[in-house]
Amino acid sequence: MAEERVSVGDLKVSTNGYEIAHSKSEVFYPEYERKADLKHQTHYCPGCGHGVAHKLIAEAIEDLGLQDQTILVSPVGCSVFAYYYFDVGNVQVAHGRAPAAATGLKRACPDKIVIAYQGDGDLAAIGTAEIVHAANRGEKITVFFVNNAIYGMTGGQMAPTTLVGQKSTTSPWGRRPVNEGFPLHMAELLATLEAPVYIERVALSDNKNIMKARRAVRKALEIQRAGTGFSFVEILSPCPTIWGKDPVEARKWVAEKMIPSFPLNVFRDRKVEIPTNNEPPRKTVAELVGGAKPAETSRPQHRHHFRDLGIKIAGFGGQGVLLLGQLLAETGMREGLEVSWLPSYGPEMRSGSAHCHVCLSKERIGSPLISRPNVLVAMNELSLRKFAAQVLPGGIIIYGREHLPEDLALPQVQVVCIPASEIADKLGSAKVANVVMMGALLEETECLSPATVMQVLEAKVKNPALLEIDRKALDAGRTYIDHMVAVGAVTQADGFAQ
Amino acid sequence: MPGKTASQARGNISIDVEECKGCGLCVESCPPKCLELAHELSSYGVHPARYTGQGCTGCGICFYCCPEPGAIIVYRLAPPPKAVPVQQGGEHAAAL
Repeated sequence: MAEERVSVGDLKVSTNGYEIAHSKSEVFYPEYERKADLKHQTHYCPGCGHGVAHKLIAEAIEDLGLQDQTILVSPVGCSVFAYYYFDVGNVQVAHGRAPAAATGLKRACPDKIVIAYQGDGDLAAIGTAEIVHAANRGEKITVFFVNNAIYGMTGGQMAPTTLVGQKSTTSPWGRRPVNEGFPLHMAELLATLEAPVYIERVALSDNKNIMKARRAVRKALEIQRAGTGFSFVEILSPCPTIWGKDPVEARKWVAEKMIPSFPLNVFRDRKVEIPTNNEPPRKTVAELVGGAKPAETSRPQHRHHFRDLGIKIAGFGGQGVLLLGQLLAETGMREGLEVSWLPSYGPEMRSGSAHCHVCLSKERIGSPLISRPNVLVAMNELSLRKFAAQVLPGGIIIYGREHLPEDLALPQVQVVCIPASEIADKLGSAKVANVVMMGALLEETECLSPATVMQVLEAKVKNPALLEIDRKALDAGRTYIDHMVAVGAVTQADGFAQ
Repeated sequence: MPGKTASQARGNISIDVEECKGCGLCVESCPPKCLELAHELSSYGVHPARYTGQGCTGCGICFYCCPEPGAIIVYRLAPPPKAVPVQQGGEHAAAL
């Protein structure tokens, strides 16, 4: 490879007085690691427009000196393998989501050039929402939309951009607007939005239009380099294989059939001022939800004898599993900890199993997801069996029944059983079983102060009778566990042993 | 074939036979019509494009019409002729 490059360089100096005017862009890899053989060819069909579009983009990236700053987002479609060809940063994303991924990339790396390369099935069908919203937000990305009026990779199904009357495998008698609607004109559609800066439609139909496409691609990238805003170039492109035409005919078909339906034009070319005032108020979550700052409260400081604690709470939907998690998180917040609460919603919510993850930490929390909890609160047998194996060795399981199932052995963890539902029933409301579990959790782990939990409950529960039951339930849970503590424990000021 | 022909021509091109898929777009696009598809088949079973050996202006249109990134290399005569009106290549040749 290196030798070849050297020889090309030599050619540039002298080949009978000729020098290289146009050759393969440095932005393409010298060889494509696509397959063991065919390392020098793209996978595109003969005469495919993708190759030309790739070439124009690569040339623009090279000429603008952006190769080491560019991140290309490959779509799903024939051009899914763009990352085999472009020697730039590459990301391949889910179908239609390129503008969403590009948004994230650009916001995370504002100094990079982020390019979304998409086909019409990708951008105009499954990804319609993503492109419309990315354009509407005026993301400072560039989208190249290669429109060939058909689903190419999957074998020629009708696309949103298929022309009226055009035959495809799913419109075998030609597209009929009465049944399948009209072709979607993405450039015009996006040009109705306020935020985009540059929108043009070009075609790879003949020499002249290819050179116009070359200028449009370059301009779109220049706009992104200048940080002006959202740029979008729609490229009408031949698909000889699926159209059933030879490459030359296919190119003519672009000129004769596609361009009349998709007129070439610059639909938007202006600088857009997007107001950047109205900075959001810089408040902490604790301030927003009404939790006071730790320093301002007069409650006794609770000693948190952990750095971070992952708690998984599981049970049947309706048992108050998610609420218990929220209660824990808010209590932690009031005590000045970093907290997170991640519920599992979905069809499991009613009379199925539901669970949530709670992190309590003295440091910033990286992920709210807990795959290996320190503490599992299992309100029923199903949840116990499902999650017991995930608990870290030395961790604690608080099980909401009187006994463990006889066939279940959990030697690595400490298991505490409490008949929470029975206790709640005796107190007068089966609903407070989760608060009984909370009491058990507090007494067993001492992760948070019961006084703060009561403060949170007082703020949340408006019904005084129910609040009283909650108070009793919390005490009952603590008392039950307290009676199980080892001999020699020292009774604390609140009457419970530690 | 690419190389030492047409010492008078302003341009020259070389085509990588292993990369060419024989789509014929360059042959169709070439303004001075100096490209053709070979009669022989390449190892991939296609008729690759080739330079007839005369008339290349080095305009580069074939390069931009070719879908393969590296199939075509276009050369131009090193000292460009001064103020020669563009006769071949059409109105857009100047833009190249």
